[in-house]
Amino acid sequence: MPNSVLWAVDLFGRVYTLSTAGQYWELCKDSQLEFKRVSATTQCCWGIACDNQVYVYVCASDVPIRRREEAYENQRWNPVGGFCEKLLLSDRWAWSDVSGLQHRPLDGVALPSPHWEWESDWYVDENFGGEPTEKGGWTYAIDFPATYTKDKKWNSCVRRRKWIRYRRYKSRDIWAKIPSKDDPKELPDPFNDLSVGGWEITEEPVGRLSVWAVSLQGKVWYREDVSHSNPEGSSWSLLDTPGEVVQISCGPHDLLWATLWEGQALVREGINRNNPKGSSWSIVESPGSENGVMHVSVGVSVVWAVTKDWKVWFRRGVNSHNPCGTSWIEMVGEMTMVNVGMNDQVWGIGCEDRAVYFRQGVTPSELSGKTWKAIVAARECDRSYSGSSSSLLSAGCFFGDEVRGSGESAPSDTDASSEVERPGPGQPLPAEPLDDFKNAAGNSASGPGAGRTAEDTVEDACPAEGSREARPNTHPGPAPTPAELPWTNIDLKEPKKVPSHSAAGFPETTSLSSLGLLPLGLEEPYGVDDHPLWAWVSGGGCVVEACAMPRWFTVQAGLSSSVHMLSLSITPAQTAAWRKQIFQQLTERTKRELENFRHYEQAVEQSVWVKTGALQWWCDWKPHKWVDVRVALEQFTGHDGARDSILFIYYVVHEEKKYIHIFLNEVVALVPVLNETKHSFALYTPERTRQRWPVRLAATTEQDMNDWLALLSLSCCESRKVQGRPSPQAILGFAPALSHPSRFWQQMGGHLRMVEANSRGVVWGIGYDHTAWVYTGGYGGGCFQGLASSTSNIYTQSDVKCVHIYENQRWNPVTGYTSRGLPTDRYMWSDASGLQECTKAGTKPPSLQWAWVSDWFVDFSVPGGTDQEGWQYASDFPASYHGSKTMKDFVRRRKCKLVTSGPWLEVPPIALRDVSIIPESPGAEGSGHSIALWAISDKGDVLCRLGVSELNPAGSSWLHVGTDQPFASISIGACYQVWAVARDGSAFYRGSVYPSQPAGDCWYHIPSPPRQRLKQVSVGQTSVYALDENGNLWYRQGITPSYPQGSSWEHVSNNVCRVSVGPLDQVWVIANKVQGSHSLSRGTVCHRTGVQPHEPKGHGWDYGIGVSGAHGLGLCCHLVPALGAEDGDGHCGTVPWDPVSGLQGGPQAEPLQDPQVPRVPW
Amino acid sequence: MTDDKDVLRDVWFGRIPTCFTLYQDEITEREAEPYYLLLPRVSYLTLVTDKVKKHFQKVMRQEDISEIWFEYEGTPLKWHYPIGLLFDLLASSSALPWNITVHFKSFPEKDLLHCPSKDAIEAHFMSCMKEADALKHKSQVINEMQKKDHKQLWMGLQNDRFDQFWAINRKLMEYPAEENGFRYIPFRIYQTTTERPFIQKLFRPVAADGQLHTLGDLLKEVCPSAVDPEDGEKKNQVMIHGIEPMLETPLQWLSEHLSYPDNFLHISIIPQPTD
Repeated sequence: MPNSVLWAVDLFGRVYTLSTAGQYWELCKDSQLEFKRVSATTQCCWGIACDNQVYVYVCASDVPIRRREEAYENQRWNPVGGFCEKLLLSDRWAWSDVSGLQHRPLDGVALPSPHWEWESDWYVDENFGGEPTEKGGWTYAIDFPATYTKDKKWNSCVRRRKWIRYRRYKSRDIWAKIPSKDDPKELPDPFNDLSVGGWEITEEPVGRLSVWAVSLQGKVWYREDVSHSNPEGSSWSLLDTPGEVVQISCGPHDLLWATLWEGQALVREGINRNNPKGSSWSIVESPGSENGVMHVSVGVSVVWAVTKDWKVWFRRGVNSHNPCGTSWIEMVGEMTMVNVGMNDQVWGIGCEDRAVYFRQGVTPSELSGKTWKAIVAARECDRSYSGSSSSLLSAGCFFGDEVRGSGESAPSDTDASSEVERPGPGQPLPAEPLDDFKNAAGNSASGPGAGRTAEDTVEDACPAEGSREARPNTHPGPAPTPAELPWTNIDLKEPKKVPSHSAAGFPETTSLSSLGLLPLGLEEPYGVDDHPLWAWVSGGGCVVEACAMPRWFTVQAGLSSSVHMLSLSITPAQTAAWRKQIFQQLTERTKRELENFRHYEQAVEQSVWVKTGALQWWCDWKPHKWVDVRVALEQFTGHDGARDSILFIYYVVHEEKKYIHIFLNEVVALVPVLNETKHSFALYTPERTRQRWPVRLAATTEQDMNDWLALLSLSCCESRKVQGRPSPQAILGFAPALSHPSRFWQQMGGHLRMVEANSRGVVWGIGYDHTAWVYTGGYGGGCFQGLASSTSNIYTQSDVKCVHIYENQRWNPVTGYTSRGLPTDRYMWSDASGLQECTKAGTKPPSLQWAWVSDWFVDFSVPGGTDQEGWQYASDFPASYHGSKTMKDFVRRRKCKLVTSGPWLEVPPIALRDVSIIPESPGAEGSGHSIALWAISDKGDVLCRLGVSELNPAGSSWLHVGTDQPFASISIGACYQVWAVARDGSAFYRGSVYPSQPAGDCWYHIPSPPRQRLKQVSVGQTSVYALDENGNLWYRQGITPSYPQGSSWEHVSNNVCRVSVGPLDQVWVIANKVQGSHSLSRGTVCHRTGVQPHEPKGHGWDYGIGVSGAHGLGLCCHLVPALGAEDGDGHCGTVPWDPVSGLQGGPQAEPLQDPQVPRVPW
Repeated sequence: MTDDKDVLRDVWFGRIPTCFTLYQDEITEREAEPYYLLLPRVSYLTLVTDKVKKHFQKVMRQEDISEIWFEYEGTPLKWHYPIGLLFDLLASSSALPWNITVHFKSFPEKDLLHCPSKDAIEAHFMSCMKEADALKHKSQVINEMQKKDHKQLWMGLQNDRFDQFWAINRKLMEYPAEENGFRYIPFRIYQTTTERPFIQKLFRPVAADGQLHTLGDLLKEVCPSAVDPEDGEKKNQVMIHGIEPMLETPLQWLSEHLSYPDNFLHISIIPQPTD
């Protein structure tokens, strides 16, 4: 899960962030200003500072925010001087925009605000629609305006060329003041509240946000054009309101609530994709007549409110269709404010103790959650102190008896009676002998307002003494409570000094730097105040999930290094002395107790162990169907001590009992085939791979299937003596088991869309949600948890993908477009092909591992474009669709999410679309340089990873490589040849990439094959292959060391959906359709035969193990996308594996209709 | 990098080389040869000594045979303690193999429980497991298991099948992600120097302040006499599975990795050998 941060403001206006991976509040990097409000998103944070000005804090990233400015230079041919700037009077400006209507001289293009800088000077764009032009970049036409071509003809009377220049947003990781260059009359008063949201309304433009603000006079303002590439927005526009607004809250989607001075809530209606500002207001009365609403906060489908008596309320029944909801429910606890963050998680600030609270147990089914839980994380600046106090801690003085006694920390005091004599086994044991202590033990965080008994023992404890010495003595004496801060509009009801219930007792200390920033006249309380007092919190950028709660709710002291065993790749705990000692002593013990006694008889003989069960089997004869079978797995130990296993499948045919058996040491691959109707898996042996007909078995429950899979996989590993992480030479993805029957595909836990590896053991993967993951060297995870997995290096992994269904309508003359189709038409709700019915209610997540995380919503980002409601039109089904009206076809999609575990660690924060690692041969070790790794971000930025090595496979940082357009695919060859494909379908070669110059110097534009748009490129040692959008595979001719760009593309094959070239120029592809002996299979991995140094193109294909018969290898990606194999012959290929293209049937691929292969309904 | 998983295997496959000798006063028809065996540390004496019984019964008359029991240097060996614990507690400082004397007469009723059949061992083992889970998860995990899972745990132990046992036992070792460990750590501390058979108290793996409790914390709390003063001479050994984990070792980790199959941490406190 990506790390994200919670933002909060303390009573002094200092802004802190708390990372989900951390345990300390960190002072915002730019701490020059004091703030009263912040509103965060994942990409940035907006705030109102104490000067009542609005600021935006854009988080730093390795990828710059850059925008392109364009200008056109226009010329006309004249018989005397040739082409010249002298134009006809009726012509456009000599320098203009693309339309020619606007005058646009190069030096007249100014930066929009001081937060931008120019990246370089103006230069001519020589790329014309994917094709390089002649030097100078001129394009020619007969006259303005007309169609331009890159070739100069006899009748070319005019020409123009495009100049481009990039500007870059420079004010990152600092608070950038939003310029108020607008007409001062429009902005009469300072701002009072602000809220950012709306990022889920539409994806166009990327990172679009709705920023709302309330001024002191109670007016509501909307900031126009805020997006990722324009973080400041352009201007404020005023909205009419029925009353004086004091506070506003904008949800991630279409909810917008505000509070009125009189205490009612105001709800904006009509917010949608085309109208993010909404259309009208309606009023919701406050829960009680005497206490009006003081504060509201909205999420996707929830509204929380705080009334003037600090009671917290939850609004029932709120959703897009009914933004007002139905009724109020009072919640436990008293808060000064609440904030709804990502996933409708709720944060609040306790009214009594001013601590930040998290609402625990908020799930889509229980949006109101269960309890408030206080965040007790200390501030970063306190940590230095706690570190120095660790000596006290270890001496036992710090946690003296008086501290212990005050809390619930000493169960032993009350539980002394549990010291029991063991009764004999004959006597029955009470089932739960300790039930009585359950209550006595007490539960920790209760509601914030719920009677916190304040023991002052903590405050009186010794550290206050010590801290006084340790601190600079600029602030002598215990300070009074900061009761009145001039700028905050919250009623400060004497923030009491309540000892933190966790009894941490770290006195507040502040680093010197922040001391200097304190507003004058405010004395800082210290020594008595053991936790920070908060004024505001914003969870809009903070993702917290039940499966991985951040460690914020327990205090971490300096000594507890072992707490975080799972949070770092190499934790202190793993290198801790105690752990080493246990390993070492166990080894010594075994030696001592066993070495001289091996000839002794074992007390327990290793016997045959059999697991039996009832499964279903997809029978070998026709008609193929699932038949009930009994299955037995016999494990036995051979004379040499090696284990082997046989799987027996007993079945009945024509009332005759029969069986087949499979030696597990012959099994080459074992893959779960997840679909919702059957929990099935497939077993491949070399013979069955040849036949493309694996043994398919199905269990009744998912648990049962996982048990069998884990057991069979373990047995396979045992009988092949495969253990631990695969060798670096293993092929990831998959490769033809046909030619190497000795291989066994060992499964890894985890879930990825593609995997990329090199021979030095660096492995990266990309999930469906474009998150980058790096292989940690562990093994197991997923369904192998506990049974055969390493306990270290296994992390929780999650992935999100979108499932699409289509709504189809036909026009008829009477009623227009309706859901009544012709009898021959497709289902009115269908999959992409129209052949399968997919209703909104009936469509399930791809497998049981997935769960829906959102409701269905309309997808507007469909190739071909849509109208405003998301419809596409065509003359008939099926045909090519477009965005203007004739016939309806409408896409909805829904996100689903999977959480699994595996030996993968996330590489935050940039989401990737493609990644390529230099495929070094093992001989090249020890070169000292870092391993070259290039990637394309999800937005199309080209990135080069720095600092990647065997020891640090994740590398250190990204280096952004500028391009003039978004890129789609990248590949780096063994000799540092970097090739890439841009979104316009043309290829680029990066010049001068060396180990010492990892990012190279410039791009060379390589035209694509005639009339084809490339989509993927792969580079081997010398060969370069590219794939176009129509499935044609192209080989780059004429590449020599002195001319690495080559001369032309040569067609190799069609029917290819993915290509990968190994470091020895081995070529692997995933072919679209291959005829197997039982069925047509899709997504088969093929290997190019006859590839020789003098014949780099090879001459034929060797069809390998398919994603065939079981159509399943592709499906198994839900669980185990990365299959590692022990490979004896040292071959190293990397097959980035894209099961989507093989299976899911994008727009270009019709799903397979084969009666022998059950279709998967998604 | 060595893996925590390997610890589980090492613990499971711990063996004690043992020499069984028939008690001198037992009446035999001919000389009884000593019997040598590798005993699994995690198992129980009466569960793994069928061969021993058979061996000695061959040389004895039927009427001289009553319930078998074992003794080491005068101490009757409680079969309901795991073998590794008995060895650590009583014999860890002596030379290997472990010399155990076999008796067929004069059963020490006040010291030992009868073990009429394997069912008694199973009942004892399962009741320990249930008690451990009551401490760890309020019995939630063990109660949710099916009968066959319970059976698999027992069969795994009986047949020395690590995978079979751990396929189920792993579920007993899980805990909610938002907690930092079990509810209470199932442990028993044994001392040869005291009358009391063992110490067992409620003890949480995580302190109220969020810090993980260590083995040292546990001992300080429930058995302070076992903890040697920091500057003083080392008087006691704290032993689990024949090794002495450092007192800084987190208790939760120990419970997950060094528990016996009955899910208890059996900790022996033994005087530091003088030599």
